[in-house]
Amino acid sequence: MSKFRDSLASGRFTFTGEIGPPKGTNVEPVLEEAVHYLKDCCAAVNVTDIQTAVMRMSSLAVCRMLVERGIEPVLQMVTRDRNRLALQSDLLGAAALGVENVLALTGDHTTMGDHKEAKPVYDLDSVGLLQTMRKLESGTDLGRTMKGEPNQLDGAPKFFKGCVVTPCAEEVEPQIIKLEKKVAAGAEFVQTQAVYDPRAFEKFMKSIGHIKVPVMVGIVLLKNAGMAKYMNANVPGVVVPKEITARLAAADKKELKKVSVQIAGELIRDMRGCCQGAHIMPLGWDKEIPRVIEASGA
Amino acid sequence: MIVAERKPLEEIRRNLAGRKKVLVLGCGGCVTVCLTGGERQADMLASQLRTAAKVAGEPVEVTVRTPTRQCDREFIDTLKADVEAADAVVSLACGVGVQLMAEVYETKPVLPAVNTTFMGAHSGPGTWTENCRGCGQCVLAETGGVCPVARCAKSLINGACGGTNKGKCEVSRDIDCAWYLIYKRLKARGDLSFLRAEREPLDWGMSSSGTRRTLVHAEVNDQAHRRGAEGAEGAAERK
Ligand code: SF4
Repeated sequence: MSKFRDSLASGRFTFTGEIGPPKGTNVEPVLEEAVHYLKDCCAAVNVTDIQTAVMRMSSLAVCRMLVERGIEPVLQMVTRDRNRLALQSDLLGAAALGVENVLALTGDHTTMGDHKEAKPVYDLDSVGLLQTMRKLESGTDLGRTMKGEPNQLDGAPKFFKGCVVTPCAEEVEPQIIKLEKKVAAGAEFVQTQAVYDPRAFEKFMKSIGHIKVPVMVGIVLLKNAGMAKYMNANVPGVVVPKEITARLAAADKKELKKVSVQIAGELIRDMRGCCQGAHIMPLGWDKEIPRVIEASGA
Repeated sequence: MIVAERKPLEEIRRNLAGRKKVLVLGCGGCVTVCLTGGERQADMLASQLRTAAKVAGEPVEVTVRTPTRQCDREFIDTLKADVEAADAVVSLACGVGVQLMAEVYETKPVLPAVNTTFMGAHSGPGTWTENCRGCGQCVLAETGGVCPVARCAKSLINGACGGTNKGKCEVSRDIDCAWYLIYKRLKARGDLSFLRAEREPLDWGMSSSGTRRTLVHAEVNDQAHRRGAEGAEGAAERK
């Protein structure tokens, strides 16, 4: 029973946060922060899956630890590292561990991370992973029996399935087509790539008016002007308007966090009218999430 | 065609481990076209080996042959005398040729002089680029003639990932995003239906990550067997 699903279904503007598992076994700090700063203000908390192909602790393990602390996790699952056998196996494991929300992603290429020699798998893509979850929910899997019939599962899982989209991509039509496919394949909620331009976002939301699943706008906290410039230049589909970069550049060093939080809050305030929630990616500034939500007025 | 890259001389010499009579074997097929393992490159490797041996003060005798192809018994069966006279064969053919040579001349070390890299096209002066991965289920009819299996870094089949950036792939600004190309081409043709179709996961069992694949043209195979039965010795073994 996903509280996250219920929150979106109720029409309430819903917040999700995000944490990254540690590189190592020292998992307490990130769990403590989640309990202190995310538990009360977020309907659910995403747990990244070997994000940017930099090896870290298993997302599923950390998801379970959140469940034990009364926090509803969103299991991020990339198709980069596991073939369809392993993905399905982990999905069944997730269901058994009380992890219902799953975000289907392709995942950054192995060559972008810290194990460039790794064999990239990509047996399925994100659409394929959504199809797979739907199959499991229906009580079968992707395989076949010796007689060529669908395998029957002894107990079928239930997921709340999510996907991502890049609203400010240069070429938006293929983004929309792929989103349509993800939804057709079973996606029930959408979390977007970081958005800094409310007008562009509104236009995007109008163009997907025919897609009837809740959309949560992605908010990445900009920690300083340098990061804003970097994101603008290097992160695909992310456009940071000059005014935002200028505000960060003008901010006093001591005030920087405040300004960053203020910017994020204002972005949510300006976009909350055209979407159903916000997914806040604090990149380590977990403590700031409650203040961002406060600043958004939601 | 199959594209290959020459191995460093040091590695080839290391694998030769001081053997004195060396047969350098070029190949008249793909590696000739990609300027890696043809007659000229075989001659060049031979003289490099001679020079290096001389500098090291090791006597070495190098001969050179370049059959039409090393991936066909027809052309390598005739090399028997040359192979037998040598202590080792250094083959400039792709991995296919090296293996067939090693199979035919089982007792002779057949050492690769190239790294076989990909199937690709001559895409510019002195440039070859990968275009096919032999996945065994060609989708080019639907993708505007651009292969997402070989040319998308993630072999995606349902459209671009979030990393596509100004027409380039997330892994490198020097590589076109295959899905951007597919989108542009289908768009120009006024038909995005392939892009819209929800596709099932690929069957990788048919691809190079599955088990070893064999192609048998039954007609030709049967004929050869019949000839074999009539006494045309050896033909039947060549399937
Ligand atoms: S950027 Fe394009 S080519 Fe590169 S992995 Fe993504 S979809 Fe494939």
